[in-house]
Amino acid sequence: MAAGGGDAPPAIELAGISKSFGPVQANRDIDLAVRRGTIHGIVGENGAGKSTLMSILYGFYQADAGEIRIDGRPTPIPDSQAAIRAGIGMVHQHFMLVEPFTVLENVILGAEEGPLLRPSLAKARAELKRLEEEYELDVDPDAVVGELSVGLQQRVEILKALYRECDILILDEPTGVLTPAEADHLFRILRSLKAQGKTIVLITHKLREIMAITDAVSVMRRGEMVRTLATADTSPAELAELMVGRRVLLRVEKTPATPGRVVLAVENLSLTDDKGVARLKGVSFALRAGEILGVAGVAGNGQSELLDVLAGIRPATGGTVRLDGQPLDLGHSTNGDERRAARVAHVPEDRRRRGLVMPFAEWENACLGYQGEERFEGPAFTLDRTAMRDAARASIERFDIRPPSCDLVTASFSGGNQQKIVLAREMERDPEVLLVGQPTRGVDIGAIEFIHNEILALRDRGKAILLVSVELDEIQALSDRIIVMFDGRISGERIAGETDERELGLLMTGIEPGTRAA
Amino acid sequence: MTAPLPRWADLVLIPALNLLLAFLVAGLVVVFIGEDPVEAVRLLLVGSLGSSYGIGFTLYYATTFVFTGLSVAIAYHAGLFNIGSEGQAALGGIGVTLVCLAVPWPYWWLALPFAILGAGAFGAAWAFLPGYLQAKRGSHVVITTIMFNFIASALVVYLLVNVLKAPGMAPETRNFPEGTFLPFMHEILAVFGIRMSRTPMNFTALLALAAAFLTWVLIWRTRLGYEMRAFGHSEPAAVYAGIDPVRITIVAMLISGAMAGMMALNVVMGFQHRLVLDYVGGAGFVGIAVSLMGRSHPFGVVLAAILFGILYQGGAELAFDMPSISRDMIVVIQALVILFTGALENLVRAPVERAFLRRRRKAA
Repeated sequence: MAAGGGDAPPAIELAGISKSFGPVQANRDIDLAVRRGTIHGIVGENGAGKSTLMSILYGFYQADAGEIRIDGRPTPIPDSQAAIRAGIGMVHQHFMLVEPFTVLENVILGAEEGPLLRPSLAKARAELKRLEEEYELDVDPDAVVGELSVGLQQRVEILKALYRECDILILDEPTGVLTPAEADHLFRILRSLKAQGKTIVLITHKLREIMAITDAVSVMRRGEMVRTLATADTSPAELAELMVGRRVLLRVEKTPATPGRVVLAVENLSLTDDKGVARLKGVSFALRAGEILGVAGVAGNGQSELLDVLAGIRPATGGTVRLDGQPLDLGHSTNGDERRAARVAHVPEDRRRRGLVMPFAEWENACLGYQGEERFEGPAFTLDRTAMRDAARASIERFDIRPPSCDLVTASFSGGNQQKIVLAREMERDPEVLLVGQPTRGVDIGAIEFIHNEILALRDRGKAILLVSVELDEIQALSDRIIVMFDGRISGERIAGETDERELGLLMTGIEPGTRAA
Repeated sequence: MTAPLPRWADLVLIPALNLLLAFLVAGLVVVFIGEDPVEAVRLLLVGSLGSSYGIGFTLYYATTFVFTGLSVAIAYHAGLFNIGSEGQAALGGIGVTLVCLAVPWPYWWLALPFAILGAGAFGAAWAFLPGYLQAKRGSHVVITTIMFNFIASALVVYLLVNVLKAPGMAPETRNFPEGTFLPFMHEILAVFGIRMSRTPMNFTALLALAAAFLTWVLIWRTRLGYEMRAFGHSEPAAVYAGIDPVRITIVAMLISGAMAGMMALNVVMGFQHRLVLDYVGGAGFVGIAVSLMGRSHPFGVVLAAILFGILYQGGAELAFDMPSISRDMIVVIQALVILFTGALENLVRAPVERAFLRRRRKAA
C-alpha cells in the first residue's frame, strides 16, 4: 500500500448508507472507505446489495439515510450529473451506448459544448488520442459502436468516463462478456489507470479476479457490509465463506464419466439468420450418454443458436441432428413439444425471458411446456389446477426452492431459486438429453453448488448433457469433454482434465494453439 | 420495484381514487362554463340511477360495453391490442341481421343460438385477417385493426345502401320478424311481478354476464387461456413452451372478434330490430377504456362497463337538463375518466403505495 498517503482522506467514504425498496432492505447501514489510487473490489452474492450501493454512489437512487463523502467532503449525489461533477464515472454491466453512433459521437453524448457538434468532436478526437497513448485504450474514433466487439465497446465506456475527467471509476461485472485475453487487457488498463492515481471500484463475483487485481476487497451479504480486507491477507475460500455465511466447496466433487452410446449426433449444422449473417457454420459433434459435453466460448459465437436449434425453437438452414439414430425435424421454430416428447429437455440460457413467464405464479411456471400432459387435464378443456399445484409443491420440496410457496409470483423469487424452478421442471421428467445454457448465470454461490451437483447426478444416471456456459470455470468444473465455439464454428475440442484456461482462451479467439506461429 | 399492495387497495381503492380525481377535474370544467358542478353530478346520478327508467338505459349501454370490453380484454391477455372491436361489432351486426332476416323465426329462443353464431362468426371473421397478418407477416394489429374499422364502416354503408336496404328513404334494413325480438327486461321482470319502466334493456344483459363468466373460465381455467397468457407475457417463453405463436395469435383474435360481434345481439336484435347506419356508435372504442379500467379482468370489465353506462345515460340526461353542457361536454368528461383511470393510473398508485409502506413500517 502506498506509504505517505496514509492520512489523506479516502477517495470515497460512505457512512451509514441505507436504502430500501418497499419491504426489501437493499442496503443497511453501510460504511465503506476506498483509498485514493487503489483498486477496491466489492464482492457478494446476487441480491447482496452491491449494485444498489453503486447506484446510490452514481446517483441513480437516493439513499434513505447516510452520507457520501468524496475526498473527505460531504457530497450529496442526487443524480448522475452530480456524480459526474464529483468525478465519478461508471461502466455498467449492460453498456449505455448508442449503437448506430460512432465512438466519437458516443463519447461526447451528454458532454457536448454548445449547439454545434463540430468543435466538441474535434476536441474529443484530440483528447481520445491522448487517452489512447496514456492507457493503451486504442479504439478507432470513427468506428460505429454497434460494429465493435464487446471488449471494444467496454473500452468506449471507459473512455466516456475518462473524457468526463473522472477520478473514480466504478466497473460493474466488467469481465462477464470478455474473453480471457480481453479481460487481461482490461486489467492492464485498470492498472495503468491506478498508476495515474485514479481510484477504481470493481464489482464482481469472480473471486479469482479479486485476488488478481484488487488492493482491498469488501464483502457484502444480504444488504450489509460484512468486512473489508486487504486482498493480500485473504483467500478465495475465506471470501466465499464471508459471502455465503457458511463454508462452501469451490470445486465440484466429480467422479470420472463412463460415456456410453452416442445419443445426439450433430452433423454439419448451419444457420443463417434473417439478416443473412451465418451464425452456425457447419457444426458437428457427438454427445454420448453419461457425459457432460461443455460448450465454451465468448457469448455470441453461435452457442445460443446451437441450443435453440437443438431445442426445436429455431430452424436450422442446413445439416442433420439424429437422436438415437432418428433424424430430428430442424425446419421449424415450433418443435419444442416434439423435443419434449422425445425426452430432450432444455434449460434455456435466458430464464427470465424464455425459461419462465415472470408474472406467472410459481405453479404455472412449474409446468410451462408440459401444460399438455395428460395428468394436468381437467374437465372440458380446463387444466387440473390441483394436480398442477401438487406437482409444483413436490418439486419445490425436492429442489429446496425458497420461499416454498407455489402461489407466489415467479418474479419475486431470487435468481437462484428461479433457476431451480426451471431445472426442477426440466430434470424431474428424467430426460435422455439435457440441453442446459448458463445454468448458474446470476445465481448465488450456495445455489451454484446445488445446481452443479444436480447436473452431475443426472450424468451419473447415464443421461447425456450439453452444457453451454460463458463461465470457463464452470465449463472446466463440470465437463468431461469441452468443445470451444468461435464465429459459428467449433474451433477445438479438448478433454477436460487435459487442457487449461490459456489454451481454451486461445481457442475462444479462434486460434488453434498448436498451429500458432511463433 | 413495486411494493405489493393489499388486493382490495389494488382493485378498489386505486380505481376509486382515480375516479374521484377525474370527477374533480371534470367538476372544474363544469365550473368554467358557469354551471354548478354539484348540481351536474346530482343530475348525472339521478338521470342514470334514480329511476328504473334510468337504470334500464344505463344497463342497456353497459351490456354493450361488457361485450366490447371483454373483446379488448381477451386480446390483451394474449399481448394483442385489438383496436378493431368497433369494426368487428359492425360486422357482427350484419351477421345477426342475415340470421334474423333469412328465416321467418317462430320463436326468439330458437333464433337466438343462430344469431349468436352469426354475430360471433362475422365478428371473428373480421378479426381473422388482422390476426393472420400479425402472426404471419408481422403487420401490427393496432394498425391493421384501425384500418379494418374504416373498411367495416364503408362495407356496412355499402350493404345498407345497395344490398340490404328496405324500401324507403333511410339506409336501413327492413324490420326483423317479430319472432326474433329478444324479450325486454321489463317484460321478463313483469313475469315475476316486478314493475319496471319500458327501456331497451333486454335479455342480452344476462348473456353479457354469462360471457363475462365464460371469459374468466377461458383465461384462468383452460389450457388455451394459459397458453394465451404465457404468449401475452413473453413470446420467447411461449415458443419455448411449444406454443405456436401463429396459432395462438389467430385464435385469440378470433375469440376477441367474436366477443365484439356479439354486442350486436344487444343493440340490433334486442332493441332496434333492424340494422341501421352506424349502430355501433363508438362502443368498440369505449370497450378499450372499459378493458383498461377493468384491468382486463372480466369482473372489472363488468364494473367498468356499468360505470360507462352511467356516464352515457347520466350524460345524456345532463345534456338535456343543462343546455350549456353539450353532448361534447359529456364526451370530455368521459375522456377525463379514461385519462385518469387508464393512462394516469400510476399518478395515485405511487403515493398510495408509499402511504401503505409507511403504515406497515410503523406497525413493524
